[in-house]
Amino acid sequence: MQIESLLTKLTEAVGVSGRENQATNIIVDFFTQGEGRLWISEISQDRLGNIFLHKKGQGDHPPRIMFAAHIDEIGLIVTDIEEGFLRVSSIGGIDQRVLLSQEVIVHAKEDLLGIISAKPPHLQDPDESGKAVKLQDMTIDLGLSPERVESLVQIGDPITIKRDCRLLKNSLYSGKAMDDRAGVVALIECLSRLKDLHHQAEVYCVVTVQEELGVRGAFVSSYELNPDLGIAIDVTHGDMPGLSDYEAFKLGQGPVIVTGPQVHPQIFEKFKAAAKAGNIKYQIEAEVTPRGTDAYALQVARAGVASGLVSIPLRYMHTSVETLSLEDLKETGRLLAEFVRQIDSEFVEGLKCC
Amino acid sequence: MLLRELCELNAVSSREDAVRAYIRNRITEKVETVTTDKLGNLLAVQGSGNTGPKIMLTAHMDEVGLMVVGIDNSGLLKIKTVGGIDERVLLSKRVVIGPNRIPGVIGAKPIHLQEKEEREKPVKLPSLFVDIGAKDKADAEKEVSIGDLAAFDVKAGGFGDRMFKGKALDDRVGCAVLLNLIENHYDFPLYYAFTVQEEVGLRGATVAAFGINPDLALVFEGTSAGDVPPAKKHQQSTRLGKGPAISFMDRSIIVNQALIERLVKVANEANIPFQFRQSTAGGTEAGAINQSQTGIPAGVLSVPCRYIHSPVSILSLDDFENTIKLADAFLKSIERRGLPV
Amino acid sequence: MKKLISKLTAISSPSGREEQIRAFIKEEIKNYCDELREDKLGNLIAIKHGGNTKIQFAAHMDEIGMIITDIDENGFLRFSNVGGISPHRLYGQRVRFQNGMVGVFGAEKVEDIKKLTLNKLYIDIGASSEEEARSKISVGDIATFHHEFTDLGERVVAKSMDDRIGCAVLIEALKRVTNPQNDLYCTFTVQEEVGLRGARTSAFGIEPDLGIALDVTATGDTPEAERLAVKLGKGAAIKVKDLSIITHSKVKDLLTELAKTNSIPYQFEVLPFGGTDAGAIHLTKAGVPAGVISIPCRYVHSPSEMVDLNDVEAAVRLVVAVMEKKIGWS
Repeated sequence: MQIESLLTKLTEAVGVSGRENQATNIIVDFFTQGEGRLWISEISQDRLGNIFLHKKGQGDHPPRIMFAAHIDEIGLIVTDIEEGFLRVSSIGGIDQRVLLSQEVIVHAKEDLLGIISAKPPHLQDPDESGKAVKLQDMTIDLGLSPERVESLVQIGDPITIKRDCRLLKNSLYSGKAMDDRAGVVALIECLSRLKDLHHQAEVYCVVTVQEELGVRGAFVSSYELNPDLGIAIDVTHGDMPGLSDYEAFKLGQGPVIVTGPQVHPQIFEKFKAAAKAGNIKYQIEAEVTPRGTDAYALQVARAGVASGLVSIPLRYMHTSVETLSLEDLKETGRLLAEFVRQIDSEFVEGLKCC
Repeated sequence: MLLRELCELNAVSSREDAVRAYIRNRITEKVETVTTDKLGNLLAVQGSGNTGPKIMLTAHMDEVGLMVVGIDNSGLLKIKTVGGIDERVLLSKRVVIGPNRIPGVIGAKPIHLQEKEEREKPVKLPSLFVDIGAKDKADAEKEVSIGDLAAFDVKAGGFGDRMFKGKALDDRVGCAVLLNLIENHYDFPLYYAFTVQEEVGLRGATVAAFGINPDLALVFEGTSAGDVPPAKKHQQSTRLGKGPAISFMDRSIIVNQALIERLVKVANEANIPFQFRQSTAGGTEAGAINQSQTGIPAGVLSVPCRYIHSPVSILSLDDFENTIKLADAFLKSIERRGLPV
Repeated sequence: MKKLISKLTAISSPSGREEQIRAFIKEEIKNYCDELREDKLGNLIAIKHGGNTKIQFAAHMDEIGMIITDIDENGFLRFSNVGGISPHRLYGQRVRFQNGMVGVFGAEKVEDIKKLTLNKLYIDIGASSEEEARSKISVGDIATFHHEFTDLGERVVAKSMDDRIGCAVLIEALKRVTNPQNDLYCTFTVQEEVGLRGARTSAFGIEPDLGIALDVTATGDTPEAERLAVKLGKGAAIKVKDLSIITHSKVKDLLTELAKTNSIPYQFEVLPFGGTDAGAIHLTKAGVPAGVISIPCRYVHSPSEMVDLNDVEAAVRLVVAVMEKKIGWS
């Protein structure tokens, strides 16, 4: 599998929370027509669009592991049309400061290129330049007449940021939607390895939707599967000036294994053991709250799931230039496969101890 | 003494092992079964074969505290709060870290070296640290790890006139009430849930309720008593010495009126003093239980505590004993008259 | 329809105290459904059979209110909010309790009106002593706004249009539907204003194939209003997004298609705040495709909420259209 081209294709695809079709279709294609179909026993999709990729294990009463990575990206939505210009609101947590002068694609009756307008300095009030422009004061210019705009665009049409995926130095890739399509690619990397490994546990790699709006896809997919173990694969902050070294992690030093309320202590230990067994470099993050990733939902599905969280370090999260190390991504996939190998019924029994 | 022993154990949200083990030891002989679920809730059953409504009693084992999120080169530990703590109470306190109870102190700049303006502003969390006396990072890493949880280091015991002081009264007092009730036996199926991670989002109760699916649940809490000057009467929420507090509403639940009426009736019949929890702020496990599946009627009975979520809180032992009495009377009323809802 | 709306909005039934509105609605619809149920939280569910696809319609019976937390030594009542209440819209307004008792909001003196918070307000029921007050009201009682229904012609004003107008639409649709092609679970939910609570537990029990909430939505058609596209008189609003839900594409397309085919005036809605029962329904169990038909409303969460009867009629017709279309989802 060409991991670089998959990452590029996936992050350049369109799929804001609640409208993930174009992106999910790439995954479905890969696992029904592409080489992925040889790696799994079954693929299905639920009513909200979550994709379930099922890889059987070799045990009799196999422990059930659910891995979850979300495919939705943050974006914008048309709230009104004013004299041919579009007014917008956000889908998910967008930092409005990164939007000025950004090119976007408005998914109307056809895809339209738009520009988020920025008032030139010459026309600004003296105190304007000291304040961030608010989202409700921005407009999108489509370069079309008001009549054309009215005939093509509807209130509620989703908008994505236009950004290609770009290779920087040292295998660092930069693009939009790395959060969390990088996680999705890590799941696929894991499946590509599992096909050659002996493992007792049965694995469900779930590509979730609407995570950015409150881990919604994770709630319904974990209810459906009700697994023994539920692990979220997401991104965490990569290092940059102004962040201390316990808030942000180095790129190229491997996946981040998280400990905290949303991680079962034995799953935390098991991930470290798996990393050691596979000679995989890793970093540790301590999180004080269970919020922020699919793990939040996985943990409280039905009568409770033993949950965990593994993250890929990512610089400039929620901008269109999210940057990660391809090596970290590959190693995350490898860590997940190694983890699966370590899980047997005895481990699951032991989760309810003491 | 039960309350003292419970308060001196450390169980910051997500690492409730010490309290879980203590409770398990005390109750194993008194119940049919004791199990731990995947989140760490301790679940016990009495009378599962009885006819009658399925009742669930809940108290949470976890307390608010701190987590070690980083160790800097000098050996000082960077911390963040777990659960809602006003960071202003942290300065100059002692803590105990991890399962090995490593002692540490939250240091503060001496007053001699501060500017006047400095003293007027609280020290923010990123500037706070825990000192365990380590020489450097490697030295610190011998004793503590990133992710370790730290609890306040406070001795619990009698105080003033029929009062009790200690850390984690929220919700060791609830656990103590349940440990008293568990000595009795009632003639309906009774489920005791000692839950985890209440302070970080009612996590344990959410899954316990799904697993048990009772007909009615009663949650036991330590709740804020604001009867300290200059608070006006309507801002106090509850007062020490006025009896257990019955909630009519909080951020997570509007308690079923018939359930409140039964608690009030039972208290009046047995001459047990009680008060209403006047504040509607804060969420409780009753809300998580109430919203489970097709809905479960739930209520909250609390022991008033001053200064909750800080290193030292205070309660009235009379309120504690009356809470046990009221709960017992309520459960007996279910035996005699069935469910109120 | 005006009469129904007038009666519905006159009832004082805040979240957690829905007895009176539930009794009224039960009477209105008991002859128009196959089965009537009440669940553990107090939701009223009217079932009408007609086909394979299970549709849950949800309109919430509860309204926002003020819960009495303290009665002071002079007989003044202190309160906290039940649902979204803004302290700046209360002074001089009247309230009513379920027992008929009426009171007035008053406020402590504040130097800066911007700093007015709910705990600086109180309710005055005209009692001259604590004893007198306690003989009429108890701590834990919940009052609602008190303001009569007014007919302005095409438009009507009342308190609790949110969401009695949704209830009116659902009641009227139930009365009008002659040929249902789906199994209809018309839920009049409780406690929406405090967190979509009734919708959450009722959907768990019903397990619908499709969920449609009926609620009000804010408009941007008043002077210097917040920028919102929805306008009074432009038809039923098909919600695309609010903070609780992104309407499933299938549902949005279904509602749009039905509106077009039946020549029902409609508009699209994106609300940058707020949520509805659909937010709870769509995340039930393994997920439910869901959406919202909104009735445009000015001055939401004030004692004088205003709707346009043409929009209300459009909403009724759209609901009936959904009821009578063989959906075929499972």
